[in-house]
Amino acid sequence: MKRHSTLLAIVCLCFALPAQGDAFETARHKMVEEVTADAVFTSSYSGRATLNPNVVAAMKKVERHRFVPAELASYAYLNRPLPIGYGQTISQPFIVALMTDLMNLKEGDRVLEIGTGSGYQAAILAKTAKAVYSIEIIEPLGKEAARRLKSMGYGNVETRVGDGYYGWPEAAPFDAIMVTAAASHVPPPLIKQLKPGGRMVIPLGAHFLTQYLMLLEKQVDGTVTSRQILPVRFVPLTGGH
Amino acid sequence: MATATRPPVFAIALLSACVLAYEVLLTRLFSIVLWHHFAYMIISAALLGYGASGTALTLLKERLAPRFAGVYLTAALGLSILMPATFLLAQQVPFNPLELLWDKTQLPKLFAVYLLMMLPFFCGGLGIALVLSRFGKEAGRIYAFDILGAGLGSLGAIGLLFLLPPHQVLGALAALALLAAAVAVIELEMQPRWLLEAILGLAVLAAVALPAAWLQVRPSAYKDLSQTLNIVGMRVAEERSSPLGKITVVESARIPFRHAPGMSLNATSEPPPQLGVFVDGDGPVALTRFDGRLAPLSYLGDLTSALPFHLLERPRVLVLGAGTGNDVLQSLYHGATAIDAVELDPNMIDLVQKRFHDFAGGLYSRPDVHVHAAEARAFVNTSNERYDLIQVVLLDSFGTASAGLYGLSESYLYTVEAFQSYLASLNRGGMLAVTRWLSLPPRDALKLFATAVRALEQSGVANPGARLAMIRGWKTVTLLVKNSDFTAAEIAAINAFSRTRSFDLAYYPGMRADEANRYNLLERPDLFEGAMALLGTGSEDFIERYKFYIEPATDDRPYFFRFFKWSAAAELFSLRGQGGMPLLDWSYPLLVATLAQAVGASVLLILAPLALSRCRRTLPPWPAAVYFLAIGLAFMFMEIAFIQKFILFLSHPLYAVAVVLCAFLMFAALGSWLSGRRQGAGENGGWVHRAVLIIAAVALLYLAILPALFQALIHLPDAAKIAISVALIAPLAVCMGIPFPTAMTRLSLTAQDSIPWAWAINGFASVVGAVLATLLAIHLGFAVVILLAVLMYGLASVAFRGFSRTGKSLPA
Repeated sequence: MKRHSTLLAIVCLCFALPAQGDAFETARHKMVEEVTADAVFTSSYSGRATLNPNVVAAMKKVERHRFVPAELASYAYLNRPLPIGYGQTISQPFIVALMTDLMNLKEGDRVLEIGTGSGYQAAILAKTAKAVYSIEIIEPLGKEAARRLKSMGYGNVETRVGDGYYGWPEAAPFDAIMVTAAASHVPPPLIKQLKPGGRMVIPLGAHFLTQYLMLLEKQVDGTVTSRQILPVRFVPLTGGH
Repeated sequence: MATATRPPVFAIALLSACVLAYEVLLTRLFSIVLWHHFAYMIISAALLGYGASGTALTLLKERLAPRFAGVYLTAALGLSILMPATFLLAQQVPFNPLELLWDKTQLPKLFAVYLLMMLPFFCGGLGIALVLSRFGKEAGRIYAFDILGAGLGSLGAIGLLFLLPPHQVLGALAALALLAAAVAVIELEMQPRWLLEAILGLAVLAAVALPAAWLQVRPSAYKDLSQTLNIVGMRVAEERSSPLGKITVVESARIPFRHAPGMSLNATSEPPPQLGVFVDGDGPVALTRFDGRLAPLSYLGDLTSALPFHLLERPRVLVLGAGTGNDVLQSLYHGATAIDAVELDPNMIDLVQKRFHDFAGGLYSRPDVHVHAAEARAFVNTSNERYDLIQVVLLDSFGTASAGLYGLSESYLYTVEAFQSYLASLNRGGMLAVTRWLSLPPRDALKLFATAVRALEQSGVANPGARLAMIRGWKTVTLLVKNSDFTAAEIAAINAFSRTRSFDLAYYPGMRADEANRYNLLERPDLFEGAMALLGTGSEDFIERYKFYIEPATDDRPYFFRFFKWSAAAELFSLRGQGGMPLLDWSYPLLVATLAQAVGASVLLILAPLALSRCRRTLPPWPAAVYFLAIGLAFMFMEIAFIQKFILFLSHPLYAVAVVLCAFLMFAALGSWLSGRRQGAGENGGWVHRAVLIIAAVALLYLAILPALFQALIHLPDAAKIAISVALIAPLAVCMGIPFPTAMTRLSLTAQDSIPWAWAINGFASVVGAVLATLLAIHLGFAVVILLAVLMYGLASVAFRGFSRTGKSLPA
């Protein structure tokens, strides 16, 4: 009897797995459609009518449900932030798409990420750039993300556990840097490790609540300018300015 | 067990003291575990347990009445067990308020917390309602002991929180509730004798032998401190606790703290080694190592808050909210000649001055630095000193501020009257500098600017724009308000300072539009445009049309952190998929939700069970229902509004709450006792009308004279101010103690079965009243809250005629 039940369970599992995989894929595509529709006004800062096609393609490919705790997998393709343990969160997909879009990545680019978290953002970056270097300060999170990224075949992502303040000098300079960890100021060593013409993106706000994004651009002459970008199109004055 | 012939008044006082002390303690505990306004929300729901006990008593009266002593004892014992047990269980509920707007499963979790937290209040309320119901004719005396206990309990809890960490106070309260049970055993002459010894034994055990691990307070994983402690090498170096907050100092062996909020992108220096300091788990602010050399402090010159030092030569500085001393270091770095540093929490001063004296380089013991343990506004109001610069820098953490968690907190630091006081404390040519986190679209910065404009206008300055300047970094904004016009040289200095650090000019007198928005680009130069609009003739129209609430805060409506407008709420909620959610200042909607939940839960838990049972036959006459509703609301309105009115006079929010609350309750107890005696002497309802007349006259008189009186007396020593406050509250509170027991006694003679109804309605009114008072104060101000309280007492007076005539007259 016991053997029969086990066999039945295995058979059910074999049928269920692809079915669930399909469901995840459908949900992911739906999520990306939602995100793309929400991002129609990105032209105000990117000059394009919509998100970079590479970003959209990456969002369609990366399996977000594998980057969230198993019990939250069914929420993985909702356009919302989710907890990943240790008081950390995986950002809202819309914000992930926007931040990646802001970095304006090209195929050969090398990217530094401060704050690996679950590794989802690193995976998106890996699909849109040549090499990704990611540092996580919370040891168990960093180790888990490294294992996950490796097992999922993201060979162009290198991870490290430690202090992100001094960046990754051996791999510097970078075409783009993303600082997803909270910081009271932008570490000067990170600005140094940014190539002239490079971009740095920093989300600002509390957990679950990204207030605005900062896009920092290093000019060819080494000077730095920043742009504060509200992810949402919201005119603060009734009747417009 | 025994048949009681006299009410156990001392046991009632102890029980009531326990419940009130527990309420104060929960505010602390939930502020540490979650955030302050969730504490407020949970406690207001928990208090419904009080009203629900009246309902339970009505429904089960026939069963409970014959077992009076046993039920009373069970309620007291229940309170003792449930106070720690429900809090510890509530901590196990995986409720995360930050997900409330994203995740539907958070609501049932929140309700689970509510239900758990109601239980101890239910037990406390049941004990008191039981005694009131059984000895209704002695309502005056019982009520007097009840509120006397409440007053002592609230005061005692504040005192205990100075001596013990919150989790140990939880154990002490469990012991106190057992003591209340023991006293009841004596007062009710209960048998067997060993009962008393057993309960006293348990009380001793609860006080000294409860394992600390059982009472552990577990902060949310999303609090800044919890996250910091997840990093390898971080360790707690020191903890201090008081009613003002729990301070945790964290040091790191491997990864240093580097706190330099909003430092210029052009800066190349790094902060020296720092310790992280968290208050109630929020933060960190940095305690910076100082070895006497100024060079390692150069990073402090690259913050927007350094601007005033480039306009003033060797200034005399007043730092408000000095905390760990970073602004004091900044002043020293820029050559200040003398610094007065004001910090509210003595524990914080002690940490810098003693525990970390060497690390901080004796900062607070230097001859040129004078530290004052005082509330900032009160210090300015009472000090005769004059300064060249008053600095108010980033007094709340970025995370908390950006999550909109402060909307409900009163703050007397950023009101129009506060700005006027600051300006009056400046030397000729002196400046007030206020730095806040940048919020987008602009909220804090424009509200600050509007406040400064209003303060200058009300001080008779014809051209406020000539005295204002504002700059913006990528994360912070600094506003300068000068007490004379800015000179051309100063304007040049503002330009140079901003240009070299890539900070943007947001406003200065004579600024051109094309000078704004150059380094940290916004889609539009919102701050410059806003500042210009606020200085123009259409400023009121601009404030009206702005989608965030930027009308300046005043001492009567001290809600600087409220930015929420209903008109923008729907739009922001609809934009949540695009990241619109963080723009909702959601502490205000939470307050409305708290009110809705209080009303809804009251109906569900208190009124509906009564209405649906056969108890509807015992409904009090409708004027009696109106009466108890009106006096319940009015009492809370008066108490809350006068606490606020006395805060500035008593110089300290904590002392104000303690003194005013205690005075109100003590004198209300006296009024209650007096009413009991008068009724015993055959007095009829005339006392209620006379009391209401006096309440109205005194409250209106105070509204008219208190501001001038406080201004005249604010320089007196604290002890004198406390005595004056108590004397001012006494006549009002004595009269406010009369209506409840007088009407209870009337009911005991005319409609005895309605007493639990009256208790339930009063419980409902007290909970709803507390939330409603805050909501009304936000919109209309505390003066209007007092006026409404007077009106409600008037209504109660009329209603009293309605039901006191229907009954029999009292026996002489």
